[in-house]
Amino acid sequence: MTTSRGTKIALTLFAILAFSFVYIPLAVVLINSFNAGETLSWPPEGFSTQWWQKAVDNEGVRNAVVTSVILGLIATAVALVLGTLASLALSRFTFFGQDTVSLLIILPIALPGIVTGIALNNVFTSYLGGLTFTTLIVGHGTFCIVVVYNNALARLRRMGVNLEDASSDLGAGPFTTFRLVTFPLMRSALIAGGVLAFGLSFDEIIVTTFTAGPGITTLPIWIYQNLFRPNQAPIVNVVAAALVIISVLPIYIAQKLSSDDDRGAGVM
Amino acid sequence: MATAAVAPPKGGFGYRHPRARLAALLGGPMIWLVVVYLGSLAALLLTAFWTVDGFTGAVVRTFTLENFVDAFTTPAYLQVMARTIGIAVCVTILCLILAVPLGFFMSRVASKRMQPILVAMILTPLWASYLVKVYAWRAMLSPESGVIAWFLSPLGIGGPGFGILGIVITLTYLWLPYMILPVYAGFSRLPNSMLDASADLGAKNWRTFRSVIIPMIFPAIVAGSIFTFSLSLGDYITAQIVGGTTTMLGNIVQQNYVTNLPFAAAFATIPVIIVLIYLAAVRRSGALENL
Repeated sequence: MTTSRGTKIALTLFAILAFSFVYIPLAVVLINSFNAGETLSWPPEGFSTQWWQKAVDNEGVRNAVVTSVILGLIATAVALVLGTLASLALSRFTFFGQDTVSLLIILPIALPGIVTGIALNNVFTSYLGGLTFTTLIVGHGTFCIVVVYNNALARLRRMGVNLEDASSDLGAGPFTTFRLVTFPLMRSALIAGGVLAFGLSFDEIIVTTFTAGPGITTLPIWIYQNLFRPNQAPIVNVVAAALVIISVLPIYIAQKLSSDDDRGAGVM
Repeated sequence: MATAAVAPPKGGFGYRHPRARLAALLGGPMIWLVVVYLGSLAALLLTAFWTVDGFTGAVVRTFTLENFVDAFTTPAYLQVMARTIGIAVCVTILCLILAVPLGFFMSRVASKRMQPILVAMILTPLWASYLVKVYAWRAMLSPESGVIAWFLSPLGIGGPGFGILGIVITLTYLWLPYMILPVYAGFSRLPNSMLDASADLGAKNWRTFRSVIIPMIFPAIVAGSIFTFSLSLGDYITAQIVGGTTTMLGNIVQQNYVTNLPFAAAFATIPVIIVLIYLAAVRRSGALENL
């Protein structure tokens, strides 16, 4: 099919419009964070960095960032261990119920967040004595497992078993084989999966709302609580803008990983 | 070390004592997912068949279908269901309208050098916080001080404001990358020879598009629609932030779970059932292998 010149121009214009649709709202958030005025109103009243300074000094924001980072790191660690174990089991064994197990791992992100949220909330509050930081970690761990699992599984399938077999033939036990052969080959996939898991956890609002103990404020919870408070609008703008800027980071890491390793990082 | 006399079914890590190793690998993940997660879902489903004491507000553990009857016979709830499904369908169609030309542009018109950059440009907003993107649309849609209202004011028309249209726009924005990525991948996999063959047989561009391209990327479209449809169905935060007074399924669940958990649980099964029906319907298209 030869795409005619006219079609090409029309498609290019369409693409420019579509990318504008994607990027204008994000640009508005960035511009608003430098707005000198105190309200979320367009057009901005003037340029000022005072709200950035105030956001950095804001104790609520700082505590929320720390909580989110700690939570994200623990949830990622849980997901890395459980996701790697599950991916090894599903890629290196054939067993009864294999499809059911893989479906079960995917289920936490396939179901709406609110279903996972109230299901866990119900069990924690009705039977296990209430919500704490631990219940929040359990909630986040549950939906983070799948992303590590997906990345690790894809890598293990591509890797094949020849190198592991060679290692066993040369007398290495399973742990030695994992440490010296399997793990090094999986490493970049696990980093990608870990980055993705951390990103998911850092961003999660719905499951967090239903599983966080009283008084625990992650960054999304902080934004949500302050979204409708007019006097907090400038600080919320800055936090939002900072998150937009940070979102470039994982893409950068993914590019790095895929240039180090042409099999691709699989960060999505 | 003895060499293996019989080759194991799959090599590598499962070389010897496969059962013990499998149990060791799968034990941890399964305890977490079966006991914690599946257990919670089962408990929630069970709760959906219980009821709440009208006076004390305590959960009464006797089996009843009351919650489901209530959900499916109250006109207000039926309206919310219809509205939510309508929103999810609109969002899916809008994503499709945007994603198909864009996916075609990215894979077939843009230069090879531009392609990874365009893909990165689609991926980047996916990493921007969900809440920030909804918040961004609050700034865009706000009737008094929003960007759209400001842009349209010289023309004497108001923006869409907060409401059902605002929800549709915002959800389309949120889930668009989930449609673009599979559609782009679908276009990239399309062999040129097929398009040439179609042209050689005398088909004009539009005919080739309709009879060759669309059938070939259909599984990719369905794969994308699973995301846009089911993510829209379960969302309630967007409705809270840009929906004005509009409620969706998730809002009903969220409003009831403190005072009437059994009803909230019953209501929460509705989006799950709809998604499962949708998945069963599209299973035959081969889209599930495209996820």
